[in-house]
This record gives sequence, C-alpha cells and structure tokens, in this order.
Amino acid sequence: MTDVQARPGTSGNAEQVDHVVIRFAGDSGDGMQLTGERFTTASAVFGNDLATLPDFPAEIRAPTGTIFGVSAFQVQIADHDITNPGDAPSVLVCMNPAALASELDRLEPGGTIIVNSDEFDERNLTKAGYTENPLENDSLAGYKVILVAMTSLTKEAVKESGVKSRDAERSKNLFALGLVSWMYTRPLDTTLTWIKEKFGKNEMVMNANIMAFKAGHAYGETAELAGNRYSIKPAPQKPGVYTSINGNTALAWGLVAAGQLAKLPVFLGSYPITPASDILHELAKHKSFGIRTLQAEDEIAGIGAALGAAFGGHLAVTATSGPGVALKSETMSLAISLELPMVIVDIQRGGPSTGLPTKTEAADLMMAMYGRHGEAPLPIVASYSPSQCFDAAIEACRIALKYRTPVILLSDGYLANGSEPWLIPDPSTLPDISTTFATEPNHVNETTGEPEHWPYVRDPETLARSWALPGTPGLMHRIGGIEKEDGSGNISYTPENHSHMVDTRAAKVAGIAKDIPEVAVTGDVADADLLVLGWGSTWGAIVTAVDRRRAKGRKVAQAHLTHLNPFPANLGEVLKRYPKVLVPEMNTGHLAKLVRAEFLVDARTVSKVRGVPFTAAEIEVAIEAELERKL
Amino acid sequence: MTDVQVPLTSRKDWQSDQEVRWCPGCGDYSILTAVQLLMPELGVNRENTVFVSGIGCAARFPYYMNTYGMHSIHGRAPAIATGLAVARPDLDVWVVGGDGDLLSIGGNHLIHALRRNVNLTILMFNNQIYGLTKGQFSPTSALGKVTKSSPMGSLDAPFNPLAVALGAGATFVARTHDMDRPHMQEMMRRAHDHKGAAFVEIFQNCNVFNDGQFETLTTRANRDDMLIPLENGKPVRFGKEKEKGVIISSDGAAHIVNVADVGEDAILIHDEARPEPGLAFMLAHLASSVNEPTPVGVFRAVQTIEYADANAKQLAAAQERSGAGDLSALLHSLPTWEV
Repeated sequence: MTDVQARPGTSGNAEQVDHVVIRFAGDSGDGMQLTGERFTTASAVFGNDLATLPDFPAEIRAPTGTIFGVSAFQVQIADHDITNPGDAPSVLVCMNPAALASELDRLEPGGTIIVNSDEFDERNLTKAGYTENPLENDSLAGYKVILVAMTSLTKEAVKESGVKSRDAERSKNLFALGLVSWMYTRPLDTTLTWIKEKFGKNEMVMNANIMAFKAGHAYGETAELAGNRYSIKPAPQKPGVYTSINGNTALAWGLVAAGQLAKLPVFLGSYPITPASDILHELAKHKSFGIRTLQAEDEIAGIGAALGAAFGGHLAVTATSGPGVALKSETMSLAISLELPMVIVDIQRGGPSTGLPTKTEAADLMMAMYGRHGEAPLPIVASYSPSQCFDAAIEACRIALKYRTPVILLSDGYLANGSEPWLIPDPSTLPDISTTFATEPNHVNETTGEPEHWPYVRDPETLARSWALPGTPGLMHRIGGIEKEDGSGNISYTPENHSHMVDTRAAKVAGIAKDIPEVAVTGDVADADLLVLGWGSTWGAIVTAVDRRRAKGRKVAQAHLTHLNPFPANLGEVLKRYPKVLVPEMNTGHLAKLVRAEFLVDARTVSKVRGVPFTAAEIEVAIEAELERKL
Repeated sequence: MTDVQVPLTSRKDWQSDQEVRWCPGCGDYSILTAVQLLMPELGVNRENTVFVSGIGCAARFPYYMNTYGMHSIHGRAPAIATGLAVARPDLDVWVVGGDGDLLSIGGNHLIHALRRNVNLTILMFNNQIYGLTKGQFSPTSALGKVTKSSPMGSLDAPFNPLAVALGAGATFVARTHDMDRPHMQEMMRRAHDHKGAAFVEIFQNCNVFNDGQFETLTTRANRDDMLIPLENGKPVRFGKEKEKGVIISSDGAAHIVNVADVGEDAILIHDEARPEPGLAFMLAHLASSVNEPTPVGVFRAVQTIEYADANAKQLAAAQERSGAGDLSALLHSLPTWEV
C-alpha cells in the first residue's frame, strides 16, 4: 500500500493529464449512477470529451452489501476526441467492500483506489466474501489506496442541516462526488445548480447535499491529498452548443424530431421493458408536440395500437427489447403485408429469455433480419453511438414513411444508458421526411364505372403503395393480412399473384439500397491487410483499436454499417477489396454470417457476449491475431 | 362530427363490391344485413367509419362494408382499434370478432380495451364454436361439448362473455341474437351512440359446426318463454302474457318467479345506468346454459371518462401550459455549453 504523502506547497497545483478513466462503484442504494452522471455532466459542461458506461444490476435494491448488488458507473474524460468509456479504469471509487471485491480486477496496475473505509466492518467484509480486511493486509500493494471515512465525515458535515441520521448517511455519494471533483479540478457550479434544482422543494435535504458535496471537496483540499490532483483541459471541439446525452434520450428526441420533420403526430404504443422504458418515459413528457403514448397491456398490444395509429396516419412507433420483439413478430408480418409505415425500436440486451436485462448485447440481428413467419423482409437501421441514436431514429422514420414499411431500429443497453457530448443540430438542417397521402381516386371500377381507390397501386420508383387515410371521402378501402391482389388489394389466392407479391415486397426493401449512403472506408483505404467491419455500439472500441494498431504501423481499414438491410450498395465491393475481414460483434457472429452468405467472403468473427462492451484492447488483440493468421 | 352535413345513404352505399363468402345459411349474413341497413340511419359518413377485425369467420366482415377497414390477425383487433381510436377520435371505429377471436386468443386485449373505455363499438358474434378451423370447442362452448378436439367432451368451463365484460369494467354491455333484426339494430345503435367501449354479444348460428345451438332461445316459438327482454326502468318480465319475472331474493341472488306468486311490485325494475355493476352481473349469470331463460337487451350503460377524449385533453393541456412543441428548445433542455 502506498502512503499518501502531502507535498507541502503544492496544494492547489494540479498535474496536467490528457485523459482519465474513473469507475464509481458501490451498493445499488449508494447512488453511484447519479454520482457518475453528475461527474459526467460537470465534465461535459467544462468541455472535455467523454464517454460513459453505466453498469448496474437488474435488482432494484439487491440485499445491501452483496456482490451482486454492486452498481458501477465508468466514465472516460479527455482533452481530445474519444469514442468509448476506456478499457481499464485508472481510478476506482469503492463505497463498500463488495464494490472492491467486484471491481478491483478491472483497475489498471498501479491505479488509484478511493475507499470509504467506514464500510469495511466485519459484517460488510463477510458479505463481500472477505475473510480478512483487504485494507489491513498487503493484498492492495501495487495500487495507490486513499482511505476516507466517508460515512462519518458526511454525517459530521451535514449535522447543521438538521436532516435525520439516515438521510445524512445517504448524502455520502455527494461527498464522494465532491472529493473526486476536487481531484480532477471540476468546476463546482454545475453540480451545485443541479442540487438546488433537484432538491429545491426540500430545503433540509438540499442543504445536506450541498454540505456533503462541499465537504468532500474541502476534504481533498485540507486532508493532504495534494499530489493527487489533476486537470484535464477541454477537448478541441467544433464550435457550437453542446449537451451531454445518452442513447435513449437521443433516440426519443430523434422520434420527436421525426414527427416534426414528417409533419405527422407521433404515436408510441409500448410496454415497459428494460432497457427501453426510458423511451416511453421521455416521449410521455412531450405531449405539447402532439405526441401520444399508450402504455399497452402487453408487447403485442403495444405494436397493435401503433399499427392502428399508422392506419390512421400517425408516425407509429413501438419501443422494446429482444423479448418484446419476439412477441411483436406476428404484427410486424402484418405490417409488412399491409405495407404500413412503423418503427420498431429494439434496445438489445443479453438473452435468451430474461437473460441479462440490464447488460448489453447485440444478438438480435438475426431475429431482426429473419425472425418472422413467411417471406417477410424489412429494413434495419442500427445506431452506433449514444448521440447518433438521434439521427438513426430520423433515418428509420424516413425509410418507413417513404417505403410504407415497418423498420427495425437496433440500439443496445450500452448505447441506451451511455452518454457523450453532442453538438446540438440546428433543426433547419435536418432532412424533410414528409410523405404524401392519396386524396383522389386512382382507379375506375370496371363494373360500376365509379372512381375508387386501389390501395396497392405503387410508385414505380420506390414500389411504395398508395396510402389513403380514413376520413378521406371516396377512398374507402379494406386491407388485410390475407394475400391480396397487387393494385386492387382484393383478396387473391392465385399462385402467380402470391409469387409476384413476395417478389415485390422483397424488391421494395432491396431497392432502398439506392436511397442510402455507400459505406465509407477509413484508415488504410488503399492498402490495408485487414478490414474491420462493424455495426452498432462496437464502433467506439473499433475506432480506437484501429487507430492504435495503425499507429504501430499496421495496415488496417475500417467500415461501419448503419444500414443492415438492405446493405449499402457498395458493401460487396468493399469487402472483396481486402485480403481479410474481421467482424467484432456483441454476439456469436450474426453480421459475419450475413456477409458470408451474401458476398461469399471469408469474414472472421471476434465475439464478446459478457454483458459488457468490447474494450479497444480486446479488439487490438483480435486484429493482431487475424493479421498473423496464415492465409 | 355533429356539425358536418351527412349525405343520405342507402344500404347499397354501405355494401362493398366484394362477394360475401360465408357458408350459405350462416348467421353472419343476417348480422351483416342488419349493420348495412342500420348504417344509413346512424348519421355517419362512410369515410369516417372503420371496421377492424381479427381472424375467424366473423372477421371477414370488414371486406363487405364500403367503409375503411382492416382485417388483421387473430385476437389483436381490440388493440389495433384502440390505437386507431386514440390517434383519430374523429373516426367511428367498430370491432367485429367471434368468441374465439375476442375471448380466447384476444381475451387480454378485449378486457383492456373495455377497462380503458376507448370509444369502440365491439360486436362479438358468439356461435360457441371454432368455425374457420372447422369445429373445435371455443371458450364459450359448454362443458362436455363434444367436438373434433374434444371427442369425450370438453373439460373447459366456458366464459360468460357478458360477465367477463362487466368484470373488466365495461361501460356498455348488451346481448342480442341473429334471428331478430330490429332488436340487433337497436342494440347496435345504442352501442354505437355510447361514448366509450361498447360490447355487444350476438348469439349467432353456425349452421355447419354448431347448428341450432341457440334454437332453444331464439326461434319464434321459443322466444317469449326463453328470452327475457331487459328494458330500462321497466320490470324484468317475460312469457307470452308477461306472466314470469325476475326478483332479487333476500339471499341476494336473482330468481325467476311467477309474477302472480310474488306480486307485480316485487319484480326487479331494470336500471342499466346503476353505477355499480352488481345487478348487471347477476342478470348476466341468470342463465347458465341455452336451456334456461336468458336475458337480452342492454345490461349496463353508464357514462364515464372516455380514453381518447381524456388523452386529447392531456395533449391540449400540455400545449396550453408550454405552447406547441419547440424542437430547438427541446434539444437545448439539458445542461448545455458553448464551444
């Protein structure tokens, strides 16, 4: 154990570093997510680039002090452009023994551990599985350990506020936040403003939190922790106004924006499910945009209600996770048959079944692609970073409306809860995704000579069918899940027509390739020995891994897909350009199988299904191994 | 849409050009006729009318109406119709389904549509059998019913559809049958005019797989003695001479009695608007099979908050409070910083 020595005269001086990865860990009831989020926001407002990884258990309040009750929040802050929350943390904040036991493995060698020493009593040590106190033996040699009696210091600090002992103790996360804010020279005002807004209604609690936060900060200053103070300069960023945003908020705002851009009211039919519920919560707040949210009785009713709203001319959305997508499958097939626009949002999590509800995975790609009965193709869009969920949502809505088709939008638990700075776009720069509805008959009835509306008359360019809304005089028509005659929409069981309709629905989706950007290749575009192909949230780790390997002289190119069906028109050519193709995926190789089947390329999988995202280092190792592999 | 001029229409205007494909003699024909004849009298436009159905024989209904329509998937019509009615409160949304569609695979959606009180007119054709899959017992088939899938008799206790609806908090519940067009139309009219979810059970004969199932009740010869007409504010009496009636005895149960035995004053006065559903529930349970006198008519009709209306009010209140949504303001609503 390294003793922390004061260096006289250096108090207030901070060593300049270019980045730091901090992991806050404690009991689920310790408020670690909140602590991490506040540290993130203060850093974002300060101007650092950052990326976060919340990592919490499925239990709301797991038994106190147990390992499975540990909740953690990792954040990387930097003075330069970063794309992921960092590989190994250099600082670990441990609020109890279970947090130390559960998280120590992740810490980089020589890293700093800040420990709430008050919680290391025999009872908590036993719960965490320690037979002796790790603070009192040499098991932490090789790390820099800072012992702080956070619980008692917090209680003492907030005494004057008059809060009860239990409430006083609960402020200890703000003490920790104050201390870490001091260590990393974070400005205090962002957090203080937030405390005042959040607890303004209860002055006593507000004061206690302010006192705890300031006490933590003052502790750093006075308790001879000098030598442990760092500053990280703001990252150079494009000029503009920024906010720190997580994937689910960005996705929900993308849907709000899509409604505005399409000039259609948004309708969300949804059933609560982790990690997608925050989309329902967020949209439910924005009724002033004319957004309707219906919390349905089940997943099937969620998409059913959305489909009904789509028939009525609303921009229809349902948001769920993998188990919900499975239940919605039949209605998706109906939407494909009805050729009505709709967006199905899948915030993927570890599966199968309940799996790992709060942990991330990306193993729904095959289900999105093929998980329906019959020949039922639909477009798939995937987001690759928290803020990019905004654009991905607009793109999914654009395709749905233009081609009258359900679209699956894939995100995952990591993107959903992870945050990053986002240059707020000017709404006037966003695309117009408005669509047109039929207002006049498009056919004359052969028998009666009367004008009428044929719902399956198609735009020759897009193959999208004519869409007439209930309420439009003279265009009454019926649609259904039974196979229908192209054009009239009347029931048809003829072999030729069914074959034609199967082909037409597939051609419509395939044709979208003409309407999406070609996949861009970066890195050693001309002479790479290896192409790293990715999709979804692996982007951040892949970018860093490829950059690092290229800095070591390796010839590596990178391509990342935002459209999984159809693939970009140039993908086959891009894949065949390079001798080797490596596909890192948070599954056992879904995209690799798809590109192998589609393009006959020997794409190799690097798989991770541990409920946590890839680190850049893991992908680096895989890149090296693949480069070494004899052809 | 009350201030909109509704052009006069006839039955023909409400018929689509599609050939009706039910088995000859099916009770569905008489229900279709009743609806097509009723529509011109309801003061509604064809373009503002939507029929939504699930799967089953009854679910073909929308194809035959010259309105907007959706033939969806098994059981889901109440959910789909809920979304449509909430998104478009200006529309008249009807749900048509059979006992299998609405009480078995779609039972969950039905009860939730009813308890939400979404403005839907739900017509459930009850033939107590699965028709389209060729004759298995349904959730309303009697215990012991011998069918292809229950050769030794069904072991399933049946649902009482009206009791299910009442238990779900339905605000309008009625029963009629396919042999009495005026009564069907009166129930449909009442259901249509009800603001909220209206549930109408229609006894419907499946002449192929369950022929004559309701004959004990619905033939002209049997009606007077076997159907108990419920009329609001009037004593619950039936029989050729109205000689029989229903009383609530001191044990709290409903019983059928001879009026002469108990006196006219003892006969239950029907009150469809009672806030608590207990009386309607008791009437729903008066008959336990088609061999017992069975009430028809409006069991319950109470006005309360309608879902789409309440939803629209929340939207209006939100806009009143913070103005129409401003996208730029939303995107700047979290802490921001400028570079």
